[in-house]
Amino acid sequence: MKTLNTLLSRPWIWSWLAALATFALTVIVTGGASTFGLAQATLTFAAFSVLVGLGQMLVITLGPGNVDLSVPATITLSGTLALKFMDTEPSLILPGLLIALGIGLLVGIGNYGLIKLLRIPPIIATLSMSFLIQSLAIWSNRGLRIKPPDALATFSTGSIAGIPNMAILALVVSLVVWWLLDRSICGRWISAIGQSPFAARMAGIPVDGTRFFTYVICAVLAALCGYLLASFSGGAALNMGAEYLLMSIAVVVIGGSAVAGGNSNVPGIWGASLFMFLVVSMLNTYGFGAGLRLVLTGLIIIVVIIAASRKTADR
Amino acid sequence: MRFRLSPDHIRILIPFVSLAVLLAAVFWLQPRAMSYMGLNLLLNLAVPIALATIAQMLVIAVNDLDLSIGTFVSFAACVTAVYMPEQPLLGIVILAAAIGAYALMGLVIHLRDLPSIVVTLGMSFVWGGLAVLLLPSPGGQAPEWLRTVMTAATPFVPMAVVASAIIALVAHLVVMRSTLGVALRGVGGNARSVSRAGWSVARIKVAAYALSGLFSVLSGMALVGLTTSADANIALRYTLLSIAGVILGGGEFTGGRVSPVGAVVGALTLTLAGSFLSFLRISPDWQIGAQGAVLIVVLGLRLIFSRREA
Repeated sequence: MKTLNTLLSRPWIWSWLAALATFALTVIVTGGASTFGLAQATLTFAAFSVLVGLGQMLVITLGPGNVDLSVPATITLSGTLALKFMDTEPSLILPGLLIALGIGLLVGIGNYGLIKLLRIPPIIATLSMSFLIQSLAIWSNRGLRIKPPDALATFSTGSIAGIPNMAILALVVSLVVWWLLDRSICGRWISAIGQSPFAARMAGIPVDGTRFFTYVICAVLAALCGYLLASFSGGAALNMGAEYLLMSIAVVVIGGSAVAGGNSNVPGIWGASLFMFLVVSMLNTYGFGAGLRLVLTGLIIIVVIIAASRKTADR
Repeated sequence: MRFRLSPDHIRILIPFVSLAVLLAAVFWLQPRAMSYMGLNLLLNLAVPIALATIAQMLVIAVNDLDLSIGTFVSFAACVTAVYMPEQPLLGIVILAAAIGAYALMGLVIHLRDLPSIVVTLGMSFVWGGLAVLLLPSPGGQAPEWLRTVMTAATPFVPMAVVASAIIALVAHLVVMRSTLGVALRGVGGNARSVSRAGWSVARIKVAAYALSGLFSVLSGMALVGLTTSADANIALRYTLLSIAGVILGGGEFTGGRVSPVGAVVGALTLTLAGSFLSFLRISPDWQIGAQGAVLIVVLGLRLIFSRREA
């Protein structure tokens, strides 16, 4: 009983329960026909949300007003430029990855540079930055759809022992981020800044350095997601990042991390990412059209958030 | 006596100066734009953006942020294009209900102390879905009267300028001069002191969201009046543009510091930044980028000037 109570007091448990419930509801309808396929698809698509969600989570942990709106543009630009550079050439897979990560690095530096130099709120800094990046992506994309190198396409759509490669990769990244947030001094700094920037500064925490590092990590993870997503879907498209703006913020919040910052958790990102995909596929299975699906997705998000807020209020 | 500019004056002046500089650059590149027709073409699409920016500003005034404005304006545009020409009454009822939903959203955000970003994010799915249900493919048509209003040939000054001035004036009267406006900005500044003074913060927030919904509806209607049809994704960019416009116009995310006139000018500046490129014969690929660049430059200027005064 005690273990159950401690488990229930974890902020991330609700997203997992919601994900399990939706999974069950979907499987009941399909009669277990495509359970394995559903689980695989869920893991794959959740993996992309996890990658961007982890970065966004670290940024949101920094406290009120910290959010990175340049995530979708970064995804698009890194996917576009990396695939253009590789040009289906298998030997360029690694350099292509480096280019994608380099783009993330530059975007992160640019984001924090704007925040610091212009002393503007992160929302508006990352917003202006995303306008510039999006333009760059539109200019370089030109409607061309360059295929990823075959080996990369096989890797990104493949699986090991039934578990999609993308999910394994996202799990590894999640473990690193978990270690960073919960076990390393840097993670303690990030949380401390989110709880009280003033106290953090007084305590001698390198506030600027930590914030800079966090924005760079977020942009690099978005760029990695762009690289993988473009390889997975057989080419980069200009709107490929669009849905990840809302997604990256939604998975953080549904996962039970505090929107006001200072208190985040990695498991919740997974629970929420699985949940977000499962909701859509559940509504699909029930035969709802695109419009109704969106409406119900929105309503379910709001209900989950209201339910989660009661839990924190009671504590 | 020497007139000295305070940082607050500069905050108000910079949006105007940047708009003037941008306009001057356009006129210099293309003198023919300096005409009734030219101005109208340049600024036409600014009217719905200005309305959406005011809607965003009302929410920002109470320290919240609305990420659903783009989809809500699209939804309003779809309702207008589908129902207004044939069944105006039904259209008005739907739009009024949507404004009611907005007010309810404000109430829920306040009562449960929910983060506005997340709730509006969820609502953006709902509005987007409803818009898709109404208009699965682009279509509908603008009601005759709306078309007439939006393309009216006003004497001397083009409609776009007249409309922007009216929007700015109305928003200024509501936010800066009325009792409600003071309460609204008070909630943004210090909600606790407003409630200690005997005001109902819940009621003020509901009013802010309802007003915001009203301006978004007007934005959607204006957009349909200009484009004569609608689709479910017609105004998605307005979410980010409206935030940029508020900040460009001298507003801040916290503290209830907003400027309605500045917000309208900010919206005009962003629109002009987009069309400016076509005069330079630069590919429209860079249109969004130009808006980002203008944003960065203006905010940079503000920093330089306010620092010098400080």
